[in-house]
Amino acid sequence: MAKKESTLGNMISSLLIITLVASASLAAVYNLTKEPIAAAAKVKTENAIRQVIPPFDRLERLAVMPADGPDSLILYRGFKDDSLVGTAVQTYTNKGFSGHISIMVGFRADGVINDIAVLDHKETPGLGTKMTEPQFKDQFKNLNIAQLPEQKVKVKKDQGTIEAITAATISSRAFCDAVQRAYENQKKGAEK
Amino acid sequence: MNQWKIFTKGFIRENPIFVIVLGMCPTLGVSSSAMNGLGMGLATTFVLVMSNTIISLLKNMIPDKVRIPAFIVVIATFVTIVDLVMAAYAPGLHAQLGIFIPLIVVNCIVLGRAEAFASRNDVLSSTIDGLGMGLGFAFALILLGSIREMLGSGAIFGHKFIPASADAILIFILAPGAFITLGYLIAFINKLSKPAKS
Repeated sequence: MAKKESTLGNMISSLLIITLVASASLAAVYNLTKEPIAAAAKVKTENAIRQVIPPFDRLERLAVMPADGPDSLILYRGFKDDSLVGTAVQTYTNKGFSGHISIMVGFRADGVINDIAVLDHKETPGLGTKMTEPQFKDQFKNLNIAQLPEQKVKVKKDQGTIEAITAATISSRAFCDAVQRAYENQKKGAEK
Repeated sequence: MNQWKIFTKGFIRENPIFVIVLGMCPTLGVSSSAMNGLGMGLATTFVLVMSNTIISLLKNMIPDKVRIPAFIVVIATFVTIVDLVMAAYAPGLHAQLGIFIPLIVVNCIVLGRAEAFASRNDVLSSTIDGLGMGLGFAFALILLGSIREMLGSGAIFGHKFIPASADAILIFILAPGAFITLGYLIAFINKLSKPAKS
Protein backbone atom coordinates (compact mmCIF):
# COMPACT_ATOMS: atom_id res chain seq x y z
CA MET A 1 0.00 0.00 0.00
CA ALA A 2 1.50 3.33 -1.02
CA LYS A 3 1.72 6.14 1.49
CA LYS A 4 -1.19 8.55 1.50
CA GLU A 5 -0.58 11.73 -0.45
CA SER A 6 -0.14 14.94 1.50
CA THR A 7 -3.26 16.60 0.16
CA LEU A 8 -5.03 19.06 2.44
CA GLY A 9 -8.01 16.75 2.77
CA ASN A 10 -5.85 13.75 3.72
CA MET A 11 -3.81 15.75 6.19
CA ILE A 12 -6.89 17.11 7.93
CA SER A 13 -8.74 13.83 8.07
CA SER A 14 -5.81 11.75 9.32
CA LEU A 15 -4.96 14.24 12.08
CA LEU A 16 -8.64 14.52 12.99
CA ILE A 17 -9.04 10.76 13.33
CA ILE A 18 -5.85 10.39 15.33
CA THR A 19 -6.72 13.19 17.75
CA LEU A 20 -10.29 11.94 18.17
CA VAL A 21 -9.15 8.44 19.07
CA ALA A 22 -6.45 9.85 21.33
CA SER A 23 -8.86 12.07 23.28
CA ALA A 24 -11.39 9.26 23.62
CA SER A 25 -8.77 6.87 25.04
CA LEU A 26 -7.45 9.52 27.40
CA ALA A 27 -10.94 10.31 28.67
CA ALA A 28 -11.47 6.61 29.36
CA VAL A 29 -8.18 6.19 31.22
CA TYR A 30 -8.81 9.40 33.18
CA ASN A 31 -12.18 8.10 34.35
CA LEU A 32 -10.67 4.78 35.34
CA THR A 33 -7.87 6.33 37.36
CA LYS A 34 -9.71 9.30 38.87
CA GLU A 35 -10.71 7.51 42.07
CA PRO A 36 -7.42 5.71 42.84
CA ILE A 37 -5.56 9.01 42.37
CA ALA A 38 -7.86 10.86 44.78
CA ALA A 39 -7.67 7.96 47.24
CA ALA A 40 -3.87 7.92 47.17
CA ALA A 41 -3.70 11.65 47.90
CA LYS A 42 -6.15 11.24 50.77
CA VAL A 43 -4.14 8.39 52.32
CA LYS A 44 -0.96 10.44 52.14
CA THR A 45 -2.59 13.35 53.98
CA GLU A 46 -4.19 11.10 56.59
CA ASN A 47 -0.92 9.34 57.32
CA ALA A 48 0.74 12.70 57.86
CA ILE A 49 -2.03 13.84 60.22
CA ARG A 50 -1.82 10.63 62.23
CA GLN A 51 1.92 11.10 62.51
CA VAL A 52 1.84 14.63 63.90
CA ILE A 53 -1.02 14.80 66.39
CA PRO A 54 -1.95 12.50 69.29
CA PRO A 55 -4.42 9.67 68.53
CA PHE A 56 -7.94 10.79 67.67
CA ASP A 57 -11.21 9.17 66.66
CA ARG A 58 -12.79 12.11 64.82
CA LEU A 59 -11.38 14.68 62.44
CA GLU A 60 -12.78 18.11 61.55
CA ARG A 61 -11.52 19.90 58.46
CA LEU A 62 -11.32 23.67 58.24
CA ALA A 63 -9.77 25.95 55.61
CA VAL A 64 -8.14 29.20 56.73
CA MET A 65 -6.81 31.92 54.43
CA PRO A 66 -3.60 33.42 55.82
CA ALA A 67 -3.16 37.19 55.75
CA ASP A 68 -0.29 36.98 53.27
CA GLY A 69 -1.91 34.43 50.91
CA PRO A 70 -1.84 33.11 48.22
CA ASP A 71 -3.02 29.62 49.16
CA SER A 72 -5.27 28.68 52.06
CA LEU A 73 -4.10 26.44 54.87
CA ILE A 74 -6.08 23.40 55.91
CA LEU A 75 -6.60 22.73 59.60
CA TYR A 76 -7.46 19.21 60.70
CA ARG A 77 -8.81 19.21 64.25
CA GLY A 78 -8.50 15.84 65.94
CA PHE A 79 -11.02 14.95 68.65
CA LYS A 80 -10.99 12.00 70.99
CA ASP A 81 -14.18 11.43 72.98
CA ASP A 82 -15.26 14.91 71.88
CA SER A 83 -12.31 16.74 73.39
CA LEU A 84 -9.70 18.38 71.17
CA VAL A 85 -6.40 16.46 71.21
CA GLY A 86 -4.58 18.41 68.57
CA THR A 87 -4.69 20.38 65.35
CA ALA A 88 -2.73 19.36 62.27
CA VAL A 89 -2.07 22.30 59.98
CA GLN A 90 -1.22 21.64 56.34
CA THR A 91 1.01 24.63 55.71
CA TYR A 92 3.46 25.74 53.05
CA THR A 93 6.16 28.20 52.14
CA ASN A 94 7.30 29.47 48.76
CA LYS A 95 10.66 30.61 50.10
CA GLY A 96 12.40 27.27 49.76
CA PHE A 97 15.68 27.08 47.86
CA SER A 98 13.77 25.45 45.01
CA GLY A 99 10.41 27.05 45.77
CA HIS A 100 7.36 25.40 47.29
CA ILE A 101 7.65 23.31 50.45
CA SER A 102 4.57 21.74 52.00
CA ILE A 103 4.56 20.43 55.59
CA MET A 104 2.05 19.19 58.17
CA VAL A 105 2.56 20.75 61.61
CA GLY A 106 0.85 19.10 64.54
CA PHE A 107 -0.11 21.28 67.51
CA ARG A 108 -1.35 19.82 70.77
CA ALA A 109 -4.47 21.33 72.32
CA ASP A 110 -2.32 23.76 74.31
CA GLY A 111 -0.69 25.18 71.16
CA VAL A 112 2.65 23.41 71.66
CA ILE A 113 4.10 21.71 68.58
CA ASN A 114 3.81 17.93 68.76
CA ASP A 115 5.52 16.81 65.58
CA ILE A 116 6.03 17.81 61.92
CA ALA A 117 5.77 15.78 58.72
CA VAL A 118 7.25 17.01 55.45
CA LEU A 119 4.75 16.47 52.63
CA ASP A 120 6.29 17.88 49.50
CA HIS A 121 9.46 19.71 48.49
CA LYS A 122 12.08 20.04 45.77
CA GLU A 123 15.06 20.94 47.93
CA THR A 124 18.60 19.85 47.10
CA PRO A 125 19.49 16.27 48.09
CA GLY A 126 21.98 16.16 50.96
CA LEU A 127 21.32 19.78 51.87
CA GLY A 128 17.73 21.03 52.06
CA THR A 129 16.42 17.48 52.18
CA LYS A 130 17.97 17.20 55.64
CA MET A 131 14.94 19.10 56.92
CA THR A 132 13.15 15.75 57.01
CA GLU A 133 15.76 14.29 59.34
CA PRO A 134 15.31 14.19 63.13
CA GLN A 135 18.47 16.22 63.72
CA PHE A 136 16.74 19.31 62.29
CA LYS A 137 13.04 18.53 62.53
CA ASP A 138 13.01 17.39 66.17
CA GLN A 139 14.10 20.87 67.24
CA PHE A 140 10.48 21.84 66.72
CA LYS A 141 9.07 19.10 68.95
CA ASN A 142 7.57 20.50 72.14
CA LEU A 143 8.30 24.02 70.94
CA ASN A 144 5.90 26.60 72.34
CA ILE A 145 6.00 29.50 69.90
CA ALA A 146 3.84 31.59 72.23
CA GLN A 147 6.81 31.76 74.59
CA LEU A 148 9.37 32.80 71.97
CA PRO A 149 10.47 36.46 71.60
CA GLU A 150 7.96 38.24 69.33
CA GLN A 151 6.17 34.85 69.19
CA LYS A 152 8.21 34.03 66.09
CA VAL A 153 10.24 30.91 65.36
CA LYS A 154 13.51 31.76 63.58
CA VAL A 155 16.95 30.33 62.89
CA LYS A 156 19.89 31.31 65.10
CA LYS A 157 21.30 33.49 62.32
CA ASP A 158 18.16 35.63 62.62
CA GLN A 159 18.42 35.83 66.42
CA GLY A 160 16.13 32.84 66.82
CA THR A 161 16.46 29.49 68.55
CA ILE A 162 16.56 27.02 65.68
CA GLU A 163 19.91 25.59 64.57
CA ALA A 164 19.82 25.77 60.75
CA ILE A 165 21.03 22.93 58.53
CA THR A 166 24.69 23.46 57.65
CA ALA A 167 24.98 25.04 54.19
CA ALA A 168 21.18 25.02 53.83
CA THR A 169 20.17 28.25 55.54
CA ILE A 170 17.57 29.14 52.92
CA SER A 171 15.77 25.80 53.31
CA SER A 172 15.94 26.12 57.10
CA ARG A 173 14.53 29.66 57.02
CA ALA A 174 11.77 28.56 54.66
CA PHE A 175 10.86 25.71 57.00
CA CYS A 176 10.56 28.19 59.88
CA ASP A 177 8.42 30.41 57.65
CA ALA A 178 6.02 27.53 57.04
CA VAL A 179 5.87 26.65 60.73
CA GLN A 180 5.25 30.31 61.62
CA ARG A 181 2.41 30.47 59.11
CA ALA A 182 0.90 27.34 60.65
CA TYR A 183 1.19 28.74 64.18
CA GLU A 184 -0.41 32.09 63.37
CA ASN A 185 -3.31 30.53 61.53
CA GLN A 186 -3.79 27.75 64.01
CA LYS A 187 -4.53 30.45 66.56
CA LYS A 188 -7.04 31.92 64.12
CA GLY A 189 -8.74 28.58 63.74
CA ALA A 190 -8.92 28.10 67.50
CA GLU A 191 -10.76 31.39 67.88
CA LYS A 192 -13.52 30.26 65.50
CA MET B 1 17.39 -8.12 9.84
CA ASN B 2 16.00 -10.91 11.98
CA GLN B 3 13.97 -10.12 15.11
CA TRP B 4 16.59 -11.22 17.63
CA LYS B 5 19.15 -8.89 16.08
CA ILE B 6 16.62 -6.05 16.18
CA PHE B 7 16.01 -6.69 19.86
CA THR B 8 19.64 -6.96 20.95
CA LYS B 9 20.84 -3.93 19.05
CA GLY B 10 18.87 -1.76 21.46
CA PHE B 11 20.89 -3.17 24.32
CA ILE B 12 24.46 -2.92 23.15
CA ARG B 13 25.39 -2.07 19.57
CA GLU B 14 22.93 0.83 19.35
CA ASN B 15 22.19 1.48 23.02
CA PRO B 16 20.23 4.74 23.01
CA ILE B 17 22.21 6.27 25.84
CA PHE B 18 25.74 4.99 25.50
CA VAL B 19 25.98 4.77 21.72
CA ILE B 20 23.30 6.88 20.02
CA VAL B 21 23.48 9.38 22.95
CA LEU B 22 19.82 10.39 22.91
CA GLY B 23 17.44 11.06 25.79
CA MET B 24 20.12 12.75 27.87
CA CYS B 25 17.73 14.97 29.83
CA PRO B 26 15.83 12.23 31.67
CA THR B 27 18.99 10.12 31.86
CA LEU B 28 20.86 12.76 33.82
CA GLY B 29 17.82 13.90 35.78
CA VAL B 30 16.35 10.59 36.89
CA SER B 31 19.35 8.32 37.40
CA SER B 32 20.08 9.39 40.97
CA SER B 33 18.98 6.01 42.25
CA ALA B 34 18.58 2.52 40.81
CA MET B 35 14.85 2.39 41.61
CA ASN B 36 14.15 5.69 39.84
CA GLY B 37 16.11 4.46 36.84
CA LEU B 38 14.10 1.25 36.77
CA GLY B 39 10.75 3.03 37.05
CA MET B 40 11.63 5.55 34.37
CA GLY B 41 13.08 2.87 32.11
CA LEU B 42 9.95 0.74 32.31
CA ALA B 43 7.63 3.72 31.75
CA THR B 44 9.63 4.74 28.67
CA THR B 45 9.70 1.14 27.41
CA PHE B 46 5.92 0.98 27.60
CA VAL B 47 5.61 4.23 25.63
CA LEU B 48 8.21 3.10 23.08
CA VAL B 49 6.55 -0.26 22.45
CA MET B 50 3.03 1.18 22.19
CA SER B 51 3.96 4.17 20.05
CA ASN B 52 6.20 2.15 17.72
CA THR B 53 3.42 -0.41 17.24
CA ILE B 54 0.66 2.11 16.59
CA ILE B 55 2.80 4.29 14.34
CA SER B 56 3.87 1.29 12.32
CA LEU B 57 0.22 0.24 11.97
CA LEU B 58 -0.72 3.73 10.79
CA LYS B 59 2.35 4.41 8.67
CA ASN B 60 0.54 4.26 5.38
CA MET B 61 -2.37 6.35 6.55
CA ILE B 62 -0.40 9.35 7.77
CA PRO B 63 0.50 11.80 4.98
CA ASP B 64 4.17 12.66 5.01
CA LYS B 65 3.76 16.37 5.72
CA VAL B 66 1.89 15.84 8.98
CA ARG B 67 3.84 12.85 10.24
CA ILE B 68 5.61 14.69 13.06
CA PRO B 69 2.43 16.14 14.64
CA ALA B 70 0.75 12.76 14.22
CA PHE B 71 3.63 10.93 15.93
CA ILE B 72 3.70 13.46 18.78
CA VAL B 73 -0.04 13.08 19.45
CA VAL B 74 0.31 9.30 19.60
CA ILE B 75 3.36 9.50 21.87
CA ALA B 76 1.81 12.14 24.14
CA THR B 77 -1.35 10.05 24.52
CA PHE B 78 0.60 7.02 25.74
CA VAL B 79 2.74 9.15 28.04
CA THR B 80 -0.37 10.66 29.61
CA ILE B 81 -1.79 7.18 30.08
CA VAL B 82 1.43 6.10 31.83
CA ASP B 83 1.32 9.23 34.00
CA LEU B 84 -2.30 8.66 35.08
CA VAL B 85 -1.82 4.95 35.73
CA MET B 86 1.33 5.57 37.75
CA ALA B 87 -0.33 8.31 39.82
CA ALA B 88 -3.20 5.93 40.56
CA TYR B 89 -1.36 2.69 41.30
CA ALA B 90 2.24 3.65 42.16
CA PRO B 91 1.97 7.07 43.83
CA GLY B 92 5.33 6.80 45.62
CA LEU B 93 7.27 6.19 42.41
CA HIS B 94 5.16 8.79 40.59
CA ALA B 95 6.12 11.41 43.18
CA GLN B 96 9.81 10.45 42.88
CA LEU B 97 9.90 10.69 39.09
CA GLY B 98 7.80 13.88 39.11
CA ILE B 99 8.08 16.02 36.04
CA PHE B 100 10.23 13.54 34.16
CA ILE B 101 7.23 11.38 33.30
CA PRO B 102 5.50 14.00 31.14
CA LEU B 103 8.94 14.75 29.70
CA ILE B 104 9.00 11.29 28.11
CA VAL B 105 7.00 12.93 25.31
CA VAL B 106 10.04 14.92 24.25
CA ASN B 107 12.51 12.11 24.95
CA CYS B 108 14.31 12.01 21.62
CA ILE B 109 14.55 8.25 21.74
CA VAL B 110 10.80 7.86 21.33
CA LEU B 111 10.32 10.29 18.45
CA GLY B 112 13.62 9.16 16.98
CA ARG B 113 12.60 5.50 16.77
CA ALA B 114 9.19 6.46 15.40
CA GLU B 115 10.78 8.44 12.60
CA ALA B 116 13.80 6.23 11.93
CA PHE B 117 12.23 2.81 12.28
CA ALA B 118 8.52 2.47 13.00
CA SER B 119 7.39 4.63 10.09
CA ARG B 120 9.38 2.51 7.66
CA ASN B 121 9.10 -1.07 8.93
CA ASP B 122 6.50 -3.72 9.62
CA VAL B 123 4.55 -3.88 12.86
CA LEU B 124 6.30 -6.86 14.47
CA SER B 125 9.80 -5.48 13.83
CA SER B 126 8.73 -2.07 15.11
CA THR B 127 7.31 -3.55 18.31
CA ILE B 128 10.50 -5.49 18.91
CA ASP B 129 12.64 -2.45 18.12
CA GLY B 130 10.65 -0.48 20.69
CA LEU B 131 11.12 -3.23 23.25
CA GLY B 132 14.86 -3.52 22.59
CA MET B 133 15.49 0.22 22.68
CA GLY B 134 13.29 0.67 25.74
CA LEU B 135 14.94 -2.11 27.70
CA GLY B 136 18.36 -0.89 26.56
CA PHE B 137 17.42 2.54 27.92
CA ALA B 138 16.20 0.94 31.16
CA PHE B 139 19.40 -1.11 31.45
CA ALA B 140 21.53 2.02 30.97
CA LEU B 141 19.46 3.96 33.52
CA ILE B 142 19.69 1.16 36.10
CA LEU B 143 23.46 0.88 35.58
CA LEU B 144 23.94 4.63 35.88
CA GLY B 145 21.48 4.83 38.77
CA SER B 146 23.13 2.04 40.73
CA ILE B 147 26.58 3.58 40.44
CA ARG B 148 25.32 7.02 41.43
CA GLU B 149 23.26 5.62 44.28
CA MET B 150 26.14 3.52 45.65
CA LEU B 151 28.63 6.35 45.49
CA GLY B 152 26.25 9.20 46.32
CA SER B 153 23.87 7.75 48.92
CA GLY B 154 25.70 4.65 50.07
CA ALA B 155 22.67 2.57 49.17
CA ILE B 156 21.44 0.18 46.51
CA PHE B 157 17.75 0.04 45.58
CA GLY B 158 17.02 1.99 48.73
CA HIS B 159 18.95 -0.24 51.13
CA LYS B 160 21.70 1.75 52.77
CA PHE B 161 24.94 -0.12 53.41
CA ILE B 162 26.72 2.71 55.18
CA PRO B 163 25.72 3.93 58.67
CA ALA B 164 22.36 5.74 58.60
CA SER B 165 23.67 9.18 59.52
CA ALA B 166 26.76 9.07 57.31
CA ASP B 167 26.94 10.98 54.05
CA ALA B 168 28.42 9.36 50.97
CA ILE B 169 30.01 11.33 48.11
CA LEU B 170 27.04 13.66 47.63
CA ILE B 171 28.12 15.07 44.28
CA PHE B 172 27.11 11.81 42.63
CA ILE B 173 23.43 12.35 43.31
CA LEU B 174 23.57 15.90 42.00
CA ALA B 175 23.81 17.06 38.37
CA PRO B 176 27.62 17.23 38.05
CA GLY B 177 27.88 13.66 39.31
CA ALA B 178 25.44 12.55 36.62
CA PHE B 179 27.62 14.02 33.88
CA ILE B 180 30.80 12.60 35.40
CA THR B 181 29.43 9.07 35.77
CA LEU B 182 27.83 9.08 32.33
CA GLY B 183 31.03 10.34 30.72
CA TYR B 184 33.11 7.61 32.28
CA LEU B 185 30.56 4.95 31.33
CA ILE B 186 30.48 6.07 27.68
CA ALA B 187 34.28 6.13 27.57
CA PHE B 188 34.43 2.67 29.12
CA ILE B 189 31.91 1.20 26.67
CA ASN B 190 33.67 2.81 23.72
CA LYS B 191 36.91 1.26 24.88
CA LEU B 192 35.26 -2.17 25.15
CA SER B 193 33.76 -1.98 21.66
CA LYS B 194 36.89 -0.87 19.88
CA PRO B 195 38.39 -3.75 17.92
CA ALA B 196 41.64 -4.98 19.47
CA LYS B 197 44.79 -3.65 17.85
CA SER B 198 46.59 -6.38 15.95
